[in-house]
Amino acid sequence: MSVAYELTHLERLEAEAVHIIREVAATIEKPGMLFSGGKDSVVMLHLAVKAFWPAPVPFPVMHIDTGQNFDEVIAFRDRTVEEYGLRLVVARVQDDIDAGRVVEVGGPLGPRNLLQTVSLLRGIRENEFGAVFGGARRDEEKARAKERVFSFRDEFGAWDPRNQRPELWSLYNGRHRKGENIRVFPLSNWTELDIWSYIRDEGIDLPPLYYAHRREVVERDGMLLAVNRFIEPRADETPFEATVRFRTIGDATCTGCVESHAATADEVVEEVAAARLTERGATRADDRISEAGMEDRKKEGYF
Amino acid sequence: MSNLLRIATAGSVDDGKSTLIGRLLYDSKAIFEDQLSSVEATSRSRGQEAPDLALLTDGLRAEREQGITIDVAYRYFATPKRKFIIADTPGHIQYTRNMVTGASTADVALILIDARNGVLEQSRRHAFLASLLGIPHLIVCVNKMDLVDYAQERFDEIRHEFRNFASKLEVADLSFIPVSALSGDNVVERSQAMRWYEGPSLLHHLEDVHIASDRNLIDVRFPVQYVIRPQREEFHDFRGYAGTVAGGIVRPGDEVTVLPSGFQTAVAKVWAPGGRAVAEAVAGQAVTIELTDDIDIARGDVLCRPANRPHVGQEVDAMVCWLTSNAQLTPGARYAIQHTTRSTRAVVQALDYRLDINTLHRDEAATGLNLNEIGRIKLRTQQPLMFDAYRRSRETGSFILVDEATNNTVAAGMITGPTTHDANVVWHSASVTREQRATQGMTVWLTGLSGSGKSTVGAELERRLVASGRPAYLLDGDNLRHGLNAGLGFSADDRAENVRRVGEVAKLLADAGVIAIATLVSPYAADRERVRASHAEASLPFVEVFVDTPIALCEARDVKGLYAKARAGEITGFTGVDDPYETPESPHLRLRPEDGDAAAQAGLVLDLVERLAP
Repeated sequence: MSVAYELTHLERLEAEAVHIIREVAATIEKPGMLFSGGKDSVVMLHLAVKAFWPAPVPFPVMHIDTGQNFDEVIAFRDRTVEEYGLRLVVARVQDDIDAGRVVEVGGPLGPRNLLQTVSLLRGIRENEFGAVFGGARRDEEKARAKERVFSFRDEFGAWDPRNQRPELWSLYNGRHRKGENIRVFPLSNWTELDIWSYIRDEGIDLPPLYYAHRREVVERDGMLLAVNRFIEPRADETPFEATVRFRTIGDATCTGCVESHAATADEVVEEVAAARLTERGATRADDRISEAGMEDRKKEGYF
Repeated sequence: MSNLLRIATAGSVDDGKSTLIGRLLYDSKAIFEDQLSSVEATSRSRGQEAPDLALLTDGLRAEREQGITIDVAYRYFATPKRKFIIADTPGHIQYTRNMVTGASTADVALILIDARNGVLEQSRRHAFLASLLGIPHLIVCVNKMDLVDYAQERFDEIRHEFRNFASKLEVADLSFIPVSALSGDNVVERSQAMRWYEGPSLLHHLEDVHIASDRNLIDVRFPVQYVIRPQREEFHDFRGYAGTVAGGIVRPGDEVTVLPSGFQTAVAKVWAPGGRAVAEAVAGQAVTIELTDDIDIARGDVLCRPANRPHVGQEVDAMVCWLTSNAQLTPGARYAIQHTTRSTRAVVQALDYRLDINTLHRDEAATGLNLNEIGRIKLRTQQPLMFDAYRRSRETGSFILVDEATNNTVAAGMITGPTTHDANVVWHSASVTREQRATQGMTVWLTGLSGSGKSTVGAELERRLVASGRPAYLLDGDNLRHGLNAGLGFSADDRAENVRRVGEVAKLLADAGVIAIATLVSPYAADRERVRASHAEASLPFVEVFVDTPIALCEARDVKGLYAKARAGEITGFTGVDDPYETPESPHLRLRPEDGDAAAQAGLVLDLVERLAP
């Protein structure tokens, strides 16, 4: 902060997010926070920890587990939950597959990101969450650019973009009936570069996948996919070793990585500032389905 | 370090708004290759040669299919100087509802005008809404200059017409830029085709708009949002009040009053999120405050300085914008109200008028407000609110109404002040009544010792009133002694006559619709009382402001060297030295040095004036 009492843009984004998180804790019964171990949810959790200091975070975190995770991310998730003394709730996509509530497309090892919605809605229902925090950002995608900070969802979890509540000043209306819920996005106004600058400035710990490392990959649909127990090279694909990092982390079957030598947060900030592709366009097969892919999924209850 | 600028855009698709935003994003390199290639593909499939930059800002499928914008969309871009957030609001359907949503937190409003069409009804509407929402900076982009041959005459014409209209509004900072969004003229780079235009490009203007002084750093307001009690061994006695500073600067050691209880205590510690002790927290920062006393404080309470408090009351006057088509706002209706961190219930006592936002005509016969309509109402709340006028503080002057049956947000409200009950009897023999005049006047009477700062505060008050478009006139005691009061001395009788004459002139001005600001030592209570009584008799508002600067300070300033002369015996009968100053017993407002400098003190008077004559 300068002598003119001017806040930097990161200070203002932090203050806004802390305000939103506190507002939910103060006005909505039974909130929960999504936590996947991805960088946005890590930053969101970091802000929640700061918002309530010196008290512990007054709500549990929930992971929607596709069952096809990077081992490093699950290890990171468990370590973080323990460190902050949080209660972790896991909603498993596998449970919904086993119960016949969803059917896997593309057989075993098909992408499960699209199946998550059912498990998410079940997790919200079973835990009676009145509000669920998500780390989604408006700059990520066209449909998300139209989302409110407090996003009302009906009893089916559906988003109605043509009938959103007006949202004015910092007065958030979280009122809802039982069975309905409010999705809350404290990082709405952050960009990928803001997230990384904040990670750098605050020294926030992330899963190692986010930094450059050597690993075996295959090229598929113009993306680099990590070879592991979920991704087997196809007959026409030749695996090769490359120095890569992940810009986003989702289901291991559909999250690509990019060639990069950025091994520290500082270097990632530089790389992101110069990037010419969006993070989702570059590395998420699930977002390439159609131009309205996200819009449709949100209407069904997705984040 | 860069800071943050929030922009609200208004204009319809036809004005080229999406193209302008697309151009800003594209030329400032905020557009990624995959986004651009998707836009190029769509443009090609529609048979367009160049990429249609408007496609960059269309989010939902229906919008792309119908070529319209449905809801507020947020866009982000940054330059090395600033990060920008654009709230892009559609101009045609539900414009008011969407624009207030997008503009409520904006620093800058960007209004687009098609150079071929000039100032349309909707341009006026947008300007009015920007002014109603208190957006400090307004930029008018006269677009499609390429279609009027980049003619300066056309630009000047539009600028002149817009200025004429805007002079009726409260716009602190108004600027005009001729652009062509399609070809990029004056968007990021200065235009080669319009060398007659000497101002900055839009982007450079946005980078340089000065917003640091837009915040209210004078009135300390801290609405308690959440009480933090860790119940942990190491923080056993910790009780912190978390919240976002709504105004002013809070420092450890500051005396504070808790409202509505009125308890006095002091700030012990100020913690930034995460537990970093800080020396001060300014408006906009989210912090946790520890107090020196263990008193009962809950969410919805407000901390402020003992000598500078918000209004506390259950009756407010407010401008509201009605946001739903499901129901009308009607007198007698009840809603939940959210104001700062306080939630309670409210009943609409009266609808004073509906405002036609195209003509600014006040329809006092209106019986309700429909979707997108704006009017002034009187509200009564179940619990008291701690509020300021919206013009003074967006944070403590704004509220929303929620329909408890549907849980929908149905109104956005901007408080003008505590409810005023109309003065009933108006004496007049003239054929023109006061209500028929364009403005309603009043008298602001500043009394205090020589050197207390009356004239400086009065002059600043006059300047600010005039700048906001209200007629005001300063009656300075010293100056009037050269003309109106020439020949009067400083005996008790002459002083009484001096005060009487100025009082009568002030009355005439107030009757004519002017805010008369009298700055006179006026040391005798009886003289001041006569002026007050004669105003009351004429049903004219009269406000007594006591500029309470201690004599030691006045004497130390001694701007005119009069104290030195009086002490030396060169002049006699000097107030405060060898003649008494009778302190007002119950002034409407008392200004003390701790209220800040003359500008800050003038702000407090202005606040009072706005409350009494909104």
